[in-house]
Amino acid sequence: MSELQLKQLYDGFRDPRTVAELASQIKELAAKLTEPVNVMEVCGGHTHTIMKYGLLQLLPDNIEFIHGPGCPVCIMPKERIDQAAALAQLPDVILVTLGDMIRVPGSEGSLAQFRAKGCDIRPVYMPLDALKIAQENPDKTVVYFAIGFETSTPMTAVLLEQAEKLGIHNLLFHINHVLVPPAIDAVMADPETRVNAFIGPSHVSVITGSQIYQPTVDKYHTPVVVSGFEPVDVMQSILSIVKQKVEGRCELENQYERAVSYKGNEAAQRKVAQYFTVRPSFRWRGLGPIPNSALMLRPEYRHRDAELKYGERLPVKEIDDHKACQCGDILRGKAKPQDCKVFGRGCTPQTPLGSCMVSSEGACNAYYRYAGVK
Amino acid sequence: MSTPKQIQLSHGGGGREMAELIGKLFFEAFDNQILRQEEDAASLNMTGPIAFTTDSFVVSPLFFKGGNIGKLAIAGTVNDLAMMGAEPQYLSCGFIIEEGFEIARLKEIVQTMAAELKKSGAKIVCGDTKVVPKGCADGVFINTSGVGRILKPGISVHAVQPGDAIILSRDIGCHGAAILAAREGLELESELQSDCATLWPMVEQLIAANLPLHAMRDATRGGIAAVLNEWAKAANVGIELSEEAIPVRDEVRGVCELYGFEPWDLANEGTFVIALPQEIAAEAINVMHQFCNCDQARIVGTVTEANAEKVILHSPWGSKRYLELPAGELLPRIC
Repeated sequence: MSELQLKQLYDGFRDPRTVAELASQIKELAAKLTEPVNVMEVCGGHTHTIMKYGLLQLLPDNIEFIHGPGCPVCIMPKERIDQAAALAQLPDVILVTLGDMIRVPGSEGSLAQFRAKGCDIRPVYMPLDALKIAQENPDKTVVYFAIGFETSTPMTAVLLEQAEKLGIHNLLFHINHVLVPPAIDAVMADPETRVNAFIGPSHVSVITGSQIYQPTVDKYHTPVVVSGFEPVDVMQSILSIVKQKVEGRCELENQYERAVSYKGNEAAQRKVAQYFTVRPSFRWRGLGPIPNSALMLRPEYRHRDAELKYGERLPVKEIDDHKACQCGDILRGKAKPQDCKVFGRGCTPQTPLGSCMVSSEGACNAYYRYAGVK
Repeated sequence: MSTPKQIQLSHGGGGREMAELIGKLFFEAFDNQILRQEEDAASLNMTGPIAFTTDSFVVSPLFFKGGNIGKLAIAGTVNDLAMMGAEPQYLSCGFIIEEGFEIARLKEIVQTMAAELKKSGAKIVCGDTKVVPKGCADGVFINTSGVGRILKPGISVHAVQPGDAIILSRDIGCHGAAILAAREGLELESELQSDCATLWPMVEQLIAANLPLHAMRDATRGGIAAVLNEWAKAANVGIELSEEAIPVRDEVRGVCELYGFEPWDLANEGTFVIALPQEIAAEAINVMHQFCNCDQARIVGTVTEANAEKVILHSPWGSKRYLELPAGELLPRIC
């Protein structure tokens, strides 16, 4: 057998003829819809795919996307970024975090700006790089500012496990891991919500299994399709949703069969359960506090918790977005980025005022970059 | 006393050690009449319109697949002159070297520079060497400036016009992807190499063919996305690109997939775009294929009056989107 090449993992899923064929099937079937389909793609990665590949332009008018709150960078409230900045300003602290986080402005500036002022802040691609940084700097305290949905939590768990196993005591954690299902509940709790179908992110379900959406299907009677991130994946998932709607079904479907099972990666789930417990409440930028929507370290690992260790020195004042910002409405599907008065004027990817503009996965950011072509 | 193997602060002190370093290393490699005069400034004999450019090179790592900082420092400045239709003639060269830098590596860099100079015939006619204490620089930084006689006047970003074709000389993103792979310790199975190259021989052929070139630019930092956005803004035109027409190697695409980049945003160091009238495009491509070693040269887009100041990318399945100017920390110290 020849070795698998990276190319094979995406090539067929961007095939122009397949995309065009799916578009024509969707169009044909959508003509039979009795009401519009308002699909929430929960994850910012899907928003990005939809905008980047111009999929919206291929769909009929009775299918609309509502861009959900699933971008871990976007939903980070300013006070948590201020805490990261406060940690980075402590003497002998190295703050380690993932990619985009460094650009997001808190109330006093972004981590990139604090780094320019002399703070030791290091963006990494792999959480395990934090371990190496801690080993190489034994006289410093390394704080890993952990972000992400269920997809990335196991990697933080492994980092913690390794630090414990190897006795690396100078590695602490500031945990901001959040959960998808409570965010869906928060969106659906709004009596005026127009969302009547969901696309779930495949990478989350690789870990959790597709099972996490069964309650969504049961509670809200909406189809949920767990979908991959390539254009063919998303188009196929839309076709499944339209089929369900036309046939009057609401079911949980798994489009990403190539890696997602119903139960998911149980070893990873055990690892997460071993190190994390549910946080009673977490404030989401744009959505406000959502109960049981995030994780924190288990009490056995409180010695690793930077929030506890530096508690007194971390700012806790809740800071909302600019009054003119409509991110809350956008995340609930009540407004589109262009409806916002500051979109593209006061609020741009370089100077974001609200959550949806800060990361490339945010809805406003994706619209700013890709949309509006006449 | 044995010769030191590392650069010492004294090598930048202006005394005997510096004279030795300059004499043995730089003069030997860059040897030419003007440099040999050892005056405070080079004396040049030039007439007519002159192009003048400068660039500093801080790439990390210093050595990468397909080149090193020295090759970049020559090709980069020579290419900037070539893109203005100017024959690269005289270069200056400033080194900022970190104390402790291995002389053998410096020698390799300098020899690469000498070899690269031969490809355009340009000469280094003046230079400067500074040594800074350990920790004040990262190995070596190089600045080169260059002047050249403009053989084909009028090539300008402002000359891009509706009706022009956009020609791309080869596949994109190799330099950015190669640097990223080297920096992240990414072991790619195939040999992904930087495209770093002196473009003057190709440009010379295009000028010799007497084609009405409107604009030319090497797509360095920010990739073709940056160049084309600059053109669209400067000339107040729209540019429409066909995604399918733009060649991207599998390895480059793979690096983009892994790191969430797009090939149009990645830096190139030997890849250029041309705007010229659509009806001349076939002839230009023919010249590039036959005489310029640009087998992959092709039309990738057109210039329009509509959508002024915007670059629009057409997908293979009929949707389109704006191709924005890359922003944020894409990749510092790429060249």
